[in-house]
Amino acid sequence: MVSASIKSSEIRFGECNKKLLEEVIFYGISLGADFVELFIENSDNSNVLAEEDFITNVSPSFSKGAGIRIFKDKRDGFVSTNDLSKHGLMRSISQAIEMLDISKKTDKLIFNGLEKLKDYSKSKIDWLNEVPTINEVSEKLLLSTKSLKKDKKVVVRKGSYSRNWQEVIIASSDGTYATDIRLHQTVGLNIIANDAQYRSNGSRRYGSHGIPNEFRLWDHEKASNEVYESSMNMLYADYVQAGQMPVVLANKFGGVIFHEACGHLLETTQIERGTTPFSDKLNKKIAHESVTAIDEGLSEGAFGSLSIDDEGMEPEKSILIKDGILKKFLSDRAGELRTGHKRTGSGRRQNYSFAAASRMRNTYIAKGEFTKEELINSISEGLYCKSMGGGSVGATGQFNFAVEEGYLIKNGKLTKPVKGATLIGDAKEVMPKISMCGNDLELAPGFCGSVSGSVNVTVGQPHIKVDSITVGGR
Amino acid sequence: MNPTEITSQISNAANMLNIDKWDYGASFSNDYSVQVDRGAAKQLKASQKQVITLRVWNKDNLVGITTTSDLSETGIKKALRQANIASEFGNKNEFTDFSPLAKDPIQIKEVDKKNPLGIKKLLKILREAESKLIDSHEAIKSIPYNGLSESFYERIYANSDGAFRNYSKSQAAIYLYARAEEKDKKPRSSGSVKLGYGVEDIDIESCIKEAAKKTIAHLDYSSIKTDKYLICLSPEAFLTMMNAFSSIFNARSIIDGVSLSNKNSIGELISIPALNIYDDGLNDKNISSAPFDGEGTPTKKISLINKGKLENFIHSESTAKIFNTIPTGHAGLGSKVSVSPDWLVIEKSNECSDLNTSLVHTNYQGDFVYIEELNAIHAGVRASQGSFSLPFEGWLYRNGEKRSIESATVAGDIKYLLKNIINIENEKELTTSGISPHVWINELSITGDE
Repeated sequence: MVSASIKSSEIRFGECNKKLLEEVIFYGISLGADFVELFIENSDNSNVLAEEDFITNVSPSFSKGAGIRIFKDKRDGFVSTNDLSKHGLMRSISQAIEMLDISKKTDKLIFNGLEKLKDYSKSKIDWLNEVPTINEVSEKLLLSTKSLKKDKKVVVRKGSYSRNWQEVIIASSDGTYATDIRLHQTVGLNIIANDAQYRSNGSRRYGSHGIPNEFRLWDHEKASNEVYESSMNMLYADYVQAGQMPVVLANKFGGVIFHEACGHLLETTQIERGTTPFSDKLNKKIAHESVTAIDEGLSEGAFGSLSIDDEGMEPEKSILIKDGILKKFLSDRAGELRTGHKRTGSGRRQNYSFAAASRMRNTYIAKGEFTKEELINSISEGLYCKSMGGGSVGATGQFNFAVEEGYLIKNGKLTKPVKGATLIGDAKEVMPKISMCGNDLELAPGFCGSVSGSVNVTVGQPHIKVDSITVGGR
Repeated sequence: MNPTEITSQISNAANMLNIDKWDYGASFSNDYSVQVDRGAAKQLKASQKQVITLRVWNKDNLVGITTTSDLSETGIKKALRQANIASEFGNKNEFTDFSPLAKDPIQIKEVDKKNPLGIKKLLKILREAESKLIDSHEAIKSIPYNGLSESFYERIYANSDGAFRNYSKSQAAIYLYARAEEKDKKPRSSGSVKLGYGVEDIDIESCIKEAAKKTIAHLDYSSIKTDKYLICLSPEAFLTMMNAFSSIFNARSIIDGVSLSNKNSIGELISIPALNIYDDGLNDKNISSAPFDGEGTPTKKISLINKGKLENFIHSESTAKIFNTIPTGHAGLGSKVSVSPDWLVIEKSNECSDLNTSLVHTNYQGDFVYIEELNAIHAGVRASQGSFSLPFEGWLYRNGEKRSIESATVAGDIKYLLKNIINIENEKELTTSGISPHVWINELSITGDE
């Protein structure tokens, strides 16, 4: 039984809030909830933008808030608020109770208090003091945009930096009580080149988690060279001719297709909605035997890594597909409750205003045995997708991805650059066609938008060959 | 806390910190939403949000900004201090000021502000809608994407020069996206979205009927051969296209070098003369209308394309100053102020004698592709290059018969598209993003599975 006496009347970060949290949770349980979860967040973010040779935007932002989730049977009610007082949190509990139409107070109290605090933030307390100052960021961004000024054809040069620092407290009626600090930094470069009627774009984004010094170590010269070369290669490119053809997808951000087209279908939220074709395919073959795919939150410094998920669980390494056989779905608390798949430490959310859902972390296709050249040599006519743009997946699993930098393959060799290509297909049909995986696995950071908002993820793969796919063009 | 109290609190804190010039935009909202899954409540959600964006000008007239949800005295002081620090890095190449129109009168639409129905009623209404939609056809197995929401919010703008304006309103929305499956065929999905000032304003029956009609119509599908086709864009699809390429009208995009237009483009013929486009944020049909923008400038109707010629750009305070004109009420609030259109209204001009008026989607007997809805806009549009390659939902019409297209993308160039409009139908339709008639394009490339 929990003591009802509390001294503090408001959540204070960096202090012990155990009694207050217990009282709020106890209040929800006593009103008839099966389960109560509190996610309390304090964030401190900063964005800097350099355009040409000027800093044009410096935007700090701060936020504090709480997300309160209550389960009754398999239903859940979620309330978010900026009011972190005891009164505000209890009012949110009452609102969630009312939403779920819980009128009967429970006879047996199923809350034995919070466990001892698991403090994952201990070694991270100084992170916010260790990140680069706005001055440092500005100077380096201006160096990077200056590095892009290599040619009079370059008409737009941009460098952007974003730092998100988040302190969280997670407490729930199963005793979970944890606190953590997260730090994500990203830097991006964008370029537009123009010559008469020809125009091309180039962009790259780099990111890390939990490495305050990372931006200082970023090689802006190398990055600007990559972006510049990509843009110049594409400036005079012809439009690709549409059709079915084999393609080689480059490593790093090429993995976005697996993430979008297949990874999302392996989240339990998709099973709940009935929108994945793989719900009854556990331990069955869904991909070519050369494909092993993994999702984990453990790779040090990777953009999708975490010490605990947003439900307080340590992340696991989940082998989703092993040699073409479906082995696991990514699950959160609601997913376990509604689909029976065990939690995998994948309950994630953008911030306190979203309820957690099963989401990917660092997701990649494992490396194979081939070199990039062997993949390209195996194709007589096809497309090499060196850099992928954005894409989307529809409600029936069909995907569409833009190719930012592409080259035709002829007789096993790369030939001329082509623009305007899009890759079209659906996971069920494409996964068995990934016939060769390279030996050069690399990861790339990204942002994934879905039911619980935008979360930081890593995508990745080695170079892979898809035997046949629809390429949209002109 | 009411808007006057917040303004007074910011003013006092600014005085204490020796900050003479400031402005702020604030938003306070209470939102309620429900989702269902085959009769069961799936997720019930309520949120109370408060967010304030503060700008301060330092002695060198450089601007700094901060956003915060902490409206306590400490929170506001911290935000002002951080904005002051950020102002040291303000843009020395482009000076921002208060909008010269921030004290001009505004038009606040007289609409009934609704009261919350509450989660229980929302849930009941959505359950019934889901059930009716599932029962409407045996192939409809589920409504995987659905939601009913109501939102009550207040927006404020004020500055240290005495400008002060606010408005409050309510808004509600329903969306129903059904998934249908038939044996040995791929699943198909389609849906409908409706908006209102409150749930009682929304025509839920028409949302159900529209979602059912569209989903069922797509069940009998076939692939399409990759080729060039005569195209009819639905009002929704044409509006999507014009919004995706709105950088053509956007002064901010022009200054940033990411627009197809330049400072001297006003007066250029960019489409056939039969096309008029307005931005009309205050249109009676626009549920999401706001009487002023992020800088406090009043919203107004503005002609963007008149008889095919580019007539005006949309502006913030700083872009207007650079273009030697006045702000148009299209600014966000930031240290770098964004500019975006409100609500497009598209119509046929009176210079329309060259149009092929026999092209009417309801009775044309020739072959054409009808594009109902364009998807994946963020991925498939290169606004700075003018090109697009977009998946779509639509039909292939042959000899008056229509058949749903299994999976295809349409690709082209916006300049080509606007110059190759061959008919603009008479009847205009209201959508959630504006008003437009059906628009016919001579030829665009379609990539299909054949």
